[in-house]
Amino acid sequence: MQMDWIWGLVGGLLIGTGGAVFLLINGKIMGASGLIGGLVDGSGRNTAAERLWFLAGVALMPLLLYPLYGEVDTHITGNIGVLVAAGLLVGIGTRFANGCTSGHGVCGISRLNFRGIVATVFYILAGGLSVVLFRHILGII
Amino acid sequence: MRNLFALLAGSLFGAGLFVSGMIDTAKVQGWLDVFGNWDPTLAFVMGGAIVPMFFAWQITKGRTPALGGIFPPKPDPIVDRNLVVGSVLFGAGWGLAGLCPGPAIASLTFGGTSNLVFVAAMLGGMALVPSIRSWLEKPVPAE
Repeated sequence: MQMDWIWGLVGGLLIGTGGAVFLLINGKIMGASGLIGGLVDGSGRNTAAERLWFLAGVALMPLLLYPLYGEVDTHITGNIGVLVAAGLLVGIGTRFANGCTSGHGVCGISRLNFRGIVATVFYILAGGLSVVLFRHILGII
Repeated sequence: MRNLFALLAGSLFGAGLFVSGMIDTAKVQGWLDVFGNWDPTLAFVMGGAIVPMFFAWQITKGRTPALGGIFPPKPDPIVDRNLVVGSVLFGAGWGLAGLCPGPAIASLTFGGTSNLVFVAAMLGGMALVPSIRSWLEKPVPAE
């Protein structure tokens, strides 16, 4: 368990360094939902290449690290209904809120951006309530 | 050049999500589950990520991005309905599956069919938003 914290901190520093590179060099906020969403709804058409290269790094780097770990279990549910409902909620919610854990959380809080802090409070509260409801009360997850 | 640094930033992001264990939905749900067997890892990830970003924001002051353009201006501290309702919806889905957009992409190559279903639904949800917005903003016809 203690190693998990250390790896969490190491991983966090890597995530923040990625965000710093994207900000200081490309001049962009590293927000996963915004970078993906702009490709989906066409609002990011002019910067599509940059977005795709970024997402290629996100998707492919874990593939390179995977062999070092042997077996990695994401413990993702196999319940299709839960996956579809959760995916829709995350997709719709992040676009309405204009950010997710990376944009509002990492990039917003580090700038003391009021909107980022408010968003983070609300999605963490909702996430906690969601786990209570679906795990402890309804027993679905 | 922009694409190269975008790839570098994405690779660092993906590596961080992987080594921190944030691609593990059980760890994310474990952090949100304050009434269960609470897992503090996510707080360390968030804290660790905020440190380099804090310094990066300090460096932006009075400068421009290395590859040109301007830094994104700090938004006005206005909390509107979209921010709150959107964050609540996002949080509900985040807790339900233990995935947010970054880790969902980071585990695409090894997360199996379940991960693909989640990402497909997430992309579908994102694609629906412009229609939902225009539907919500449609003026009520006069009687």
